[in-house]
Amino acid sequence: MRVVLAEDLFLLRDGLSRTLQEHGFEVVAAVDNGPALLRALHEERPDVAVVDIRLPPTFTDEGLQAALEARRLRPAFPVLILSQYVDQLYAHELLAGGEGAVGYLLKDRVTHTAQFVDAVRSVASGGTVMDPQVIARLLARSDARGTTAELTAREHDVLELMAEGRSNAAIMHTLHISESAVAKHTASIFAKLRIEASADDNRRVLAVLAYLKR
Amino acid sequence: MEQRVVMAAGDGRPDGGRTAFGRGRAAVRRGWVAAGRCQLLSLAAFVVTAAGGLVVGALLLLPVGLGRALLPPAATALRRLSDRHRSWTARWTGTVISPPEPLAGAAAGSGAGGAPGVPAGVRSGVPGGVRSGVPGGVRAGSRGGDGSRDRRRRSSRILGDEGFWRDLRWAWLEPWTGGLLVALPLALIHYGLFGALVQPFVWRLLGDGNWYAFVPVESPATMLAALVLGLGFVAAGVRLAPTALEWHARWSRRALSAPYRTALERRIEHLTDTRADALDAQAAELRRIERDLHDGAQARLVALGMALDKATQLLDSDPQAARALLDDVRATSSRALQDLRDLVHGIHPPVLADRGLGDAVRSLALDSLLDVHVEARLPGRLPAAVESAAYFAVGELLANAGKHSGAREVRIRLEHAGPALRITVGDDGRGGADPARGGGLHGIRRRLSTFDGTLALHSPPGGPTIATLEIPCASSSPKTSSCSGTG
Repeated sequence: MRVVLAEDLFLLRDGLSRTLQEHGFEVVAAVDNGPALLRALHEERPDVAVVDIRLPPTFTDEGLQAALEARRLRPAFPVLILSQYVDQLYAHELLAGGEGAVGYLLKDRVTHTAQFVDAVRSVASGGTVMDPQVIARLLARSDARGTTAELTAREHDVLELMAEGRSNAAIMHTLHISESAVAKHTASIFAKLRIEASADDNRRVLAVLAYLKR
Repeated sequence: MEQRVVMAAGDGRPDGGRTAFGRGRAAVRRGWVAAGRCQLLSLAAFVVTAAGGLVVGALLLLPVGLGRALLPPAATALRRLSDRHRSWTARWTGTVISPPEPLAGAAAGSGAGGAPGVPAGVRSGVPGGVRSGVPGGVRAGSRGGDGSRDRRRRSSRILGDEGFWRDLRWAWLEPWTGGLLVALPLALIHYGLFGALVQPFVWRLLGDGNWYAFVPVESPATMLAALVLGLGFVAAGVRLAPTALEWHARWSRRALSAPYRTALERRIEHLTDTRADALDAQAAELRRIERDLHDGAQARLVALGMALDKATQLLDSDPQAARALLDDVRATSSRALQDLRDLVHGIHPPVLADRGLGDAVRSLALDSLLDVHVEARLPGRLPAAVESAAYFAVGELLANAGKHSGAREVRIRLEHAGPALRITVGDDGRGGADPARGGGLHGIRRRLSTFDGTLALHSPPGGPTIATLEIPCASSSPKTSSCSGTG
């Protein structure tokens, strides 16, 4: 799988590059600024881009702008955004198209190599991965408005992990429950929230996020 | 300054969906009210003339000594009148006229009685010497023997008061300028009423040669024409009255505002105060950052180092324990990062730096547990300091709405009002917010005052609450701007 990496700090760029290569990714370009990122995306046409949100020359949201631009030119082009901070506004902008194949994670999450690599793979295959901080806030809003009031505590936990973009296997593992229990909870959540259940995992995440964003 | 606050609250109130008919009726009503005020002003012009005459009389009598006794009360009376005009102007047209210093040498208390509508805060900002440096004024009449010397001193102090001379100049000019201005609509209305209400009854008695304006009133037909013409005059007068009042306000402002020097002194006082506040706030902020770093990230990094050391020692003897320790290390490091993130967010949120005020407030809205609608009409970026102050103010107001008001929905509007930045935050909560009690609101005011900004809170019991925040000259550099002026 071919990856373009954009990160302006040399140590982090090097570390990420190494991590990705160790897990079978081919890093076709590792750049340190916005214009170079756009060029690399255009020339290399990678399978997925891992992009730091804050890049030279402006050191603002250069990376996000480049990613959104790339997705305008190539809809549903998989991008994983890394950031020192997560902001609900940026999460909403990334999700706005409703196409999936997008990820938004705190930079600290890369210290959990397995989860990080899973996230890159998931995004590359069209999945949606949102940082737990983003999801926690979305859920808190839904709770405050009572839109998730019917759920049991366990269903609530499952919904949270589902919204983060975790697979059934990951949910099973995190909550220490059986696969059938996950399936049962999922079905119950979809029935209670009146979300159309979908066999496709990616669609399922998008539907849950759309519900929470209301 | 306080007056502007009150008016901002009025502006912020939603206008509602009035019909064209309702608007017309409101305009007529406004016209009549303005006409009534013109009438009052024109009558007051006579009183002003009398007071001016009295003062000049006192001045002329100064050489023979009688003037010394006469001048202080006359000057005080004149000041009361000019203060009355200042407050009328502010109440009727919204034109705030900065009052001069309390009359020097006037009997204690009388000087302070004036300047209505000016909050104590502005007054107390006056450099100390003006009033406390008038021992004669306070001791007046307490010792009979000192009476004449005392009067002499008071009179000479009044003569040296720039505000007094401005008052006097105004008293002599007001009848000829302001008085005539307001007389114009009055003349139209009075003459119109004469045509419409009196002519129909008296034209028969007046006989030949009875003209009303250009109409010879000699038959019922011409009488009707005069009646219609009279009504036309009344309508024109009523229509003209608000404009005349507006012009009168402009003239009053020219004639009655504090001498330039006083205005400058107040401005300096205000700037000194707000600068000291800003520096205090900045120092407190730095202390907070230092403390947060010391107690948060720094402490965690130390703990992290110790845990790593322990893990290294255990690596060979007890790999299990070492692994558990390393898991702790990871958790601690991510907590340290979270501490730093929170700290940075409290100093300057990244989204504000990245995108500016509009998007930063949108981000706040998405973060809030309430239903927040943001309407931002802010092309371009504002100065960073203004953005930051406005952002934290909106954040505080949103938090207040969430905590105290029981609101479900909040509407935030950001727009330019001329060179000023205006932000309205309205919620559908239960209202009754007390600006005097909220520590957060006080903090917002203090932060805004560095930019001469204001916060108006309109929160009747039962709601809704509307907070209007204005920062003048937000779109230009305050250093070069002409509207950061005096007053």
